[in-house]
Amino acid sequence: MNPDASTIAAGAPIEVDLSPIAEGQDIKVFWRGKPIYISHRTKKQIDEARAVSVASLPDPQADEARVKSGHEQWLVVIGICTHLGCIPIAHEGSYDGFFCPCHGSVYDTSGRIRQGPAPSNLAVPPYQFVSDTKIQIG
Amino acid sequence: MSGPSDYQPSNPALQWIERRLPIFGLMHSSFVAYPTPRNLNYWWTFGAILSFMLGMQILTGVILAMHYTPNADLAFKSVELIVRDVNYGWLLRNMHAVGASMFFVAVYVHMFRGLYYGSYKEPREVLWILGVIIYLLMMATGFMGYVLPWGQMSFWGATVITNLFSAIPYVGESIVTLLWGGYSVGNPTLNRFFSLHYLLPFVIAGVVVLHVWALHVAGQNNPDGVEPKTEKDTVPFTPHATIKDMFGVSCFLLLYAWFIFYMPNYLGDADNYIPANPGVTPPHIVPEWYYLPFYAILRSIPNKLAGVIAMFGAIIILCFLPWLDSARTRSSKYRPLAKQFFWIFVVVCILLGYLGAQPPEGIYVVAGRVLTVCYFAYFLIVLPLLARIEKPRPVPNSISDAVLAKTGSRSTPMVSTAIMLALAGSLFAGSIDSAKASEGSDSPPGNKWSFSGPFGTFDRGALQRGLKVYKEVCASCHGLSYIAFRNLAEPGGPGYSVAQAAAFASDYKVKDGPNDAGDMFERPGRAADYFPSPFPNEQAARAANGGAAPPDLSLITKARSYKRGFPWFIFDFFTQYQEQGPDYVTAVLQGYEEKVPEGVTIPEGSYYNKYFPGHAIKMPKPLSDGQVTYDDGSPATVAQYAKDVTTFLMWTAEPHMEARKRLGFQVFVFLIIFAGLMYFTKKKVWADSH
Repeated sequence: MNPDASTIAAGAPIEVDLSPIAEGQDIKVFWRGKPIYISHRTKKQIDEARAVSVASLPDPQADEARVKSGHEQWLVVIGICTHLGCIPIAHEGSYDGFFCPCHGSVYDTSGRIRQGPAPSNLAVPPYQFVSDTKIQIG
Repeated sequence: MSGPSDYQPSNPALQWIERRLPIFGLMHSSFVAYPTPRNLNYWWTFGAILSFMLGMQILTGVILAMHYTPNADLAFKSVELIVRDVNYGWLLRNMHAVGASMFFVAVYVHMFRGLYYGSYKEPREVLWILGVIIYLLMMATGFMGYVLPWGQMSFWGATVITNLFSAIPYVGESIVTLLWGGYSVGNPTLNRFFSLHYLLPFVIAGVVVLHVWALHVAGQNNPDGVEPKTEKDTVPFTPHATIKDMFGVSCFLLLYAWFIFYMPNYLGDADNYIPANPGVTPPHIVPEWYYLPFYAILRSIPNKLAGVIAMFGAIIILCFLPWLDSARTRSSKYRPLAKQFFWIFVVVCILLGYLGAQPPEGIYVVAGRVLTVCYFAYFLIVLPLLARIEKPRPVPNSISDAVLAKTGSRSTPMVSTAIMLALAGSLFAGSIDSAKASEGSDSPPGNKWSFSGPFGTFDRGALQRGLKVYKEVCASCHGLSYIAFRNLAEPGGPGYSVAQAAAFASDYKVKDGPNDAGDMFERPGRAADYFPSPFPNEQAARAANGGAAPPDLSLITKARSYKRGFPWFIFDFFTQYQEQGPDYVTAVLQGYEEKVPEGVTIPEGSYYNKYFPGHAIKMPKPLSDGQVTYDDGSPATVAQYAKDVTTFLMWTAEPHMEARKRLGFQVFVFLIIFAGLMYFTKKKVWADSH
């Protein structure tokens, strides 16, 4: 009952061009049927994510560990709430990050859980920068 | 079912079979000669009602499966085509969808009856546990069935419920992938749910056989909780129990038919008339009503794993009930304290159900936590404690003694009544608060619709005018893809002739092909064609409309609704009010205002609408006075346009509504007469037994 060959094949890595995404904007792409949020963070958002004391977080993880160094402005996360799998809404909630409408989990500008029933941060999918304006997810 | 029967059929052919397979003897001893306690009340007819409902679900389900397509791209459409095109498909679908709810109504009554009268106590522990297994199987079947129409609630319900398993440490994620057959809920998920949804009812039927077998070995419990001792305590199953069950079933059918024919969508969710969209989560995910108490427990607990454990624990704990409650007296009739706590427990379950449907915020979360504690305390503290401290009233010597002493005094359960009133009062007070809160965000005003009520029919003139408004205004952006031109000539519709419908169709250009040269070509529409959509695909519609795709209007009046808080949703059951959709649609069409009220900011490219959730709508004001000319002298005003087009869209959402209400009336006349006949027959049969 595990995924069949065609499903696995359709889940191959995808390339996304980042150049059209302006600062402060984000896009949603689908990879393996999952929505992936790619946010072009503003300076303010990055500072917010780095100002918080990591130890005080429910799922402690530094912002540096969640983005690629040299590309701090780009946040790439799987847009699936770690509680029960709804899709959080970007740019909502009290931490300027993501807000899940189903059970009220709030994530910050680094996609880390700050409030609500979700047990962990929004997952970071495997990805790498192919060039400065292009990433490969998967 | 205990021991070989001494039943001998008189017919030689039946004797021949009986010697080789004693099936008639089995039937005779189980359902004819079987001694049933003579003091059973009507709560005991729910066993028969449940068997009937299981049969009904299997029968309607098998026929529905003949027309259903389990594919993520086609499932939603195939369900709509069942309702629109299959002979009596609307009836089958309503019977099956409402039937699931009715099945759960009956099973909850059946379980509470067992709880009240101590039917789980020695020697009926296995019988009870088999019942809990059936209940679990029913929940799984019901959940997978709800996924099949592949609407928004189906999809997101499936996502949330399957994600529950991801809470299991270490293996959770792999289990979820196994359930999905992919990396997210998708086509493989739908396929396997369809397969299992077809399989599980037969598993349920198998466990029901075991359940009935265990019942017939241990014998039925009864309201007095004393075992039958002499022959005077029992009556033969047939005709006594049979006819009583028939009466019980026919009364239950009246309730069932009320939903099937008059309010088929009352128990469903409007969002499920929107096709599944993996990119958009509905603002408020609610499971079907029968899971709500457990959903409330899940949400009460802030930790994910603990929440999931509590939710499943709330059901599994029932298996241990025979040992948690060690009181020797079975029936709560003779347990003054247990009786009161039982009713408190019933109220706790109902309130949990109410909370399960509310957004998880503020007072609802706190109340949910308190009630979750109450739920578990009933099983883990109250019942074990009562068994030790409670002094039960004396139990009658035998069932016949109890029947004779029926006129004995009864103590009024003062305390429980007071508690019930207090709880009801607080709930009511809470709802007034929330009603006040919702007054701020204008809820659409009610309208007088020709199609409301048990005898409602569509106003033909309004349908024809509405069609004109759709064609001249709405159709430039909105599709109507489930309606074919032939539908315009069908009974219960706008009342055009077949020739008129064909002429109407020929005005449209329809894309067809490929032809022999392999090219697509355009030809005039035929009656069998569907209304062509204004955009070739959703992306084109989105691009042409500033990012917001205009929704297809075929089902819009069923896919839109607004919240009817407590106590309105209870009154709605009796008044058959179910026009939230039309009320909302017509209100939005008229809700545009030039002046944006203070404190509301409307983004660029959006318009202020009083009734649209969030008030910022992408659709510009579509209607203005005099925009469409009416041939029949009706006023050419926005109010009239809105009303006509809404009536038309109600028809497109349910073209067979008139047939549904007409058949409903006939069924009700029949059922009332049938139930009356059953009642008097039952009285006659039982005349000597009371």
